[in-house]
Amino acid sequence: MAATRNVQPFNWLLLLRSVAAWGVTLLLIFPILFLAATAFKTELQAIEVPTLWFFTPTLDNFHEVQERSDYLLYAKNSLITSVGSTLLGLAIAAPAAYSMAFFRTRRTRDILMWMLSTKMMPAVGALVPIYVLAQKTALLDTVWGLIIVFTLSNLPIMVWMLYSHFKDIPAEILEASRMDGAGLWGEFRHVLLPLGMGGMASTGLLCLVLSWNEAFWSLNLSAANAGTLAALIASYSSPEGLFWAKLSAASFLAIAPIVVFGWFSQKQLVQGLTFGAVK
Amino acid sequence: MAFLELKGVEKYFGPVQAIKGINLAINPGEFIVFVGPSGCGKSTLLRLIAGLENIDVGSLVLDGRDITQLPSSKRDLAMVFQSYALYPHMTVAQNMSFALRLAKEDPAVIAQKVKRAADILNLTAYLERLPKALSGGQRQRVAIGRAIVRSPKVFLFDEPLSNLDAALRGQTRVEIAKLHRDLGATTIYVTHDQVEAMTLADRVVVLRDGRIEQVGTPLELYDKPANQFVAQFIGTPQMNVLPADAVPPWRTELGAALPAGGFIGLRPEYISLQPAGQGAVQGRVELVEALGAETLVYVNLPGGAQVVTRQNERSTLHVGDTVGLAMDAANAHLFDAQGRVAAAVG
Repeated sequence: MAATRNVQPFNWLLLLRSVAAWGVTLLLIFPILFLAATAFKTELQAIEVPTLWFFTPTLDNFHEVQERSDYLLYAKNSLITSVGSTLLGLAIAAPAAYSMAFFRTRRTRDILMWMLSTKMMPAVGALVPIYVLAQKTALLDTVWGLIIVFTLSNLPIMVWMLYSHFKDIPAEILEASRMDGAGLWGEFRHVLLPLGMGGMASTGLLCLVLSWNEAFWSLNLSAANAGTLAALIASYSSPEGLFWAKLSAASFLAIAPIVVFGWFSQKQLVQGLTFGAVK
Repeated sequence: MAFLELKGVEKYFGPVQAIKGINLAINPGEFIVFVGPSGCGKSTLLRLIAGLENIDVGSLVLDGRDITQLPSSKRDLAMVFQSYALYPHMTVAQNMSFALRLAKEDPAVIAQKVKRAADILNLTAYLERLPKALSGGQRQRVAIGRAIVRSPKVFLFDEPLSNLDAALRGQTRVEIAKLHRDLGATTIYVTHDQVEAMTLADRVVVLRDGRIEQVGTPLELYDKPANQFVAQFIGTPQMNVLPADAVPPWRTELGAALPAGGFIGLRPEYISLQPAGQGAVQGRVELVEALGAETLVYVNLPGGAQVVTRQNERSTLHVGDTVGLAMDAANAHLFDAQGRVAAAVG
């Protein structure tokens, strides 16, 4: 009797759930897989219907992309603008979040909400003034122009994330450092920075990803000089028509670095985004 | 001359006045305890002295120098926080040496000072540990160590024992008293526990609603409270304060000194129990608390009032017994209707 009770009945629910999970995952990742496959086809194979799943891969598309439009230049621009805007953003957001977390006033909540509300406006609504501003200040098609715009567009979310991280640091620890003789810089350098490092890192990572993926502003504010990988991809949809294989190769090159980067930093990213959510 | 002087200090939080004009002169080497009920402003007052809050009105003079506007980092005061506030990412040694390292002291001198503090506080074995690997009592000692390595002008303690269990609290209290005796440093200590106040203080400052009610040595406060609030705040169990009209025989006994609508204050040890029928006042025993060394007997009076008496001998009384009560008139306190001391008796 006892022995039969130990035999687990086949868990149909578990099977069903596993199948469903795999199904959803494949559905979500399908476009990426399709894109990756197309990048290694010839143009003819690329437009074949039904889709060709077995073929001899070729690197010709990558070669041509590099030939036709200097991939490394765009990649360098992407790197400079995303790293630059992340550093600049942290430099502005950290003091702002510090002041809001540790020197609260009655208006702190309102200011935070107002900052977040700016993200609800469609970016295109600000396109004309920003374009004109960039033009008048000679920042059009420069990496600095993009860095500034990326920074401004990411600031609200950076301040919010850092604010919720800093809020979890007991204020008394900072006060103790003041009593121990630390000035503002000492307090930041010796206490806030080491204790807030996790939050700063995940905020920085997210900002890096957002800036790398940013397309709207880089398409509108940059061209040959400061164009990022988003601009590179877009350039393959015109004017000679669509070249699916080359477009895929360019896209593959554009997303590969950030996908690899995201893969390795996903733990920090998830931690950063959900921080404070369960307390 | 006073070492630390508060002159007309006031503090507002928005429209609320938290500190209402504090004048206090503290002598060098003195152990001062701020005591009072929650919300009386004692912690705020300490934070004003520490520079963690700004003083809105008044001034603060330390060792002849006005430090009212000076930031905390430049005041040369050390503070022990209720939550200990240790730096979680630093070892015990790093925690204790932080202030000295910031001040760019010679590493050899720092090592020596940390070692000395660790010896005093029994922390030598834990110097390389992080705070999370320490017990509550050890963390408390690190927090104290962090303060003493600096040899600051004044030590500030903000309810340092309230996170410890009762046994450890008593033990640490004794250690703090010993430490103060050895170092002789001027100390301001905030607590809501009047036992800590009575046992540690050279002088106690009783605060209520942002004002000083009375400043004095522990026994002065006990024997000569300035008003009914101090009388009832200091002493456990608290002083019996009865409307004079509730106990006409005692009222008569105390005579003309008692104002109309006034109150009679009697510490529990100054009311003695008599056999039923004797003593000026009769009552029924409500509760007997036998604590071993002493016995507290709660007695209900006919008018509905209750008094507690303290007996040094064991009691054979039971709940419901009728007893007589006699007071020691020489040690009675008289208060007027507003709770002010009406007249000194005896």
